[in-house]
Amino acid sequence: MGGKVYASVLGLLSPRPPFVQVVPLSGRYIPKPGDDVIGTVTDVQGTFWLLDIGAPRWAPLHMTGTPWKIEVGETDQYLRVGDAVMVQVENLDPTGRIGVTMNGEGLGKLEGGTIVTISPARVPRVVGRGGSMIQTILQRTGAKMAVGQNGRVWVGGDPVAIERVREVLRMIDEEGHQHGLTERVDSYLRSTGGPSGGSGPTGPAAPEPALPYPRADPADREPDDELASEPAPDTELE
Amino acid sequence: MGSVGAKEVPVLLSPEGVRTDGRRVDELRPIRIEAGALKHADGSAYVEWGANKVMAAVYGPREVHPRHLQQNTKAVIQCKYNMAAFSVDERKRPGLDRRSQEISKVIAEALESVVFVEEFPRTSIDVYIEVLQANAGTRCAGLTAASVALADAGIPMVDLLPAVAVGKAGGALVLDLNKAEDNFGEADLPMAIVPQSGRLVLLQMEGHVTQEELARALEMGVQGTRQVYDKMRQALRDRYASAPSAEAAQ
Repeated sequence: MGGKVYASVLGLLSPRPPFVQVVPLSGRYIPKPGDDVIGTVTDVQGTFWLLDIGAPRWAPLHMTGTPWKIEVGETDQYLRVGDAVMVQVENLDPTGRIGVTMNGEGLGKLEGGTIVTISPARVPRVVGRGGSMIQTILQRTGAKMAVGQNGRVWVGGDPVAIERVREVLRMIDEEGHQHGLTERVDSYLRSTGGPSGGSGPTGPAAPEPALPYPRADPADREPDDELASEPAPDTELE
Repeated sequence: MGSVGAKEVPVLLSPEGVRTDGRRVDELRPIRIEAGALKHADGSAYVEWGANKVMAAVYGPREVHPRHLQQNTKAVIQCKYNMAAFSVDERKRPGLDRRSQEISKVIAEALESVVFVEEFPRTSIDVYIEVLQANAGTRCAGLTAASVALADAGIPMVDLLPAVAVGKAGGALVLDLNKAEDNFGEADLPMAIVPQSGRLVLLQMEGHVTQEELARALEMGVQGTRQVYDKMRQALRDRYASAPSAEAAQ
């Protein structure tokens, strides 16, 4: 408008000549094919489940998209309302319908542990550049983590470790748009005890399935720390 | 000073052009906006506008309830404007009434004209506006709050949408009516204007003005919404600038 470009969402301005990019500060998860996401079952039908993945709409998971051999009507023996699963976004159609699958490496039902929800805009910060942030967290707490691109993070391990990870994720969620985050998280974790959260009565190594955190694909790169930090006005060309 | 039995009408405008609360005709009441005031909503805002106190919360885009309202090509904006029972001097009977239904409708329609609803087909964007304390101009304060809450929720929009009322009181056009001017004035025109384009997306009128006065009122509205717009943008900036101190307090 008038030779100017306006942003449609609230975010940080990131000029990368010859382009400009606005890194959003908030907003719902917008699904993208290939994303690994964590969902919870909200409805069970004869041949599919509906998953809440934090997107604008519920995503149907068809029984053929699972590693199980299921007869029609047996879906509720495998996943029930409230269960959590790691799935991958397969396709999107123009009406906004989100197709997901559970066939693939690292996908499946999530058992044990807990799920922490953060803003989807902060996911690249949780992973960190080249996985630096998540490596720091895993090493310093001894917890297990699986990060969904939709801002849901599964955390397993012993309860002390889970609590420490939860606190770190809260930090990332609230301060993720600022600089030097990995260092601050690291010093926080150092100041609150050694790896695995002290020498508490650690039971047998947690029986949860060890899910690899999603491989950091190029799109996961955290935005450069040197980003201009001026919020763009919420406007776009009409 | 009114004679016995007659309704006492206060002097709304002094000969010097000063209003009952000491403002000039083109002056707004003090406005304070806080973005992200609520934790569980996808986006929220709290607005204090003179003696008005309004909270707005936004959820979505999300599944539409009830289902039959779903639209295949765009998101629906469902707005609920509600006044708390304690928001006025005499207890307001809680719940829907004709007035709140009307305000919900006009606010939803105004917001729909700035949100990119086509980006989220078959979903609903739910806007809740709660008036905690009312003192004339709650629909403008509510719409302003709702718009900041939408931006806070990361919903794509053409622009923020500031609103303001222009009225006629004591024979002159005045910006941002206060309670006395609303009750005893000659006219009240709440309006919402898209700042970048100047598009008028909400205009209502109560009372009488001449055509020339209407044209002038719209001009005053543009000036007024500009000022509100600056406050809204500042509120959104502050939300993220102040995060480190929130962390320090923790």
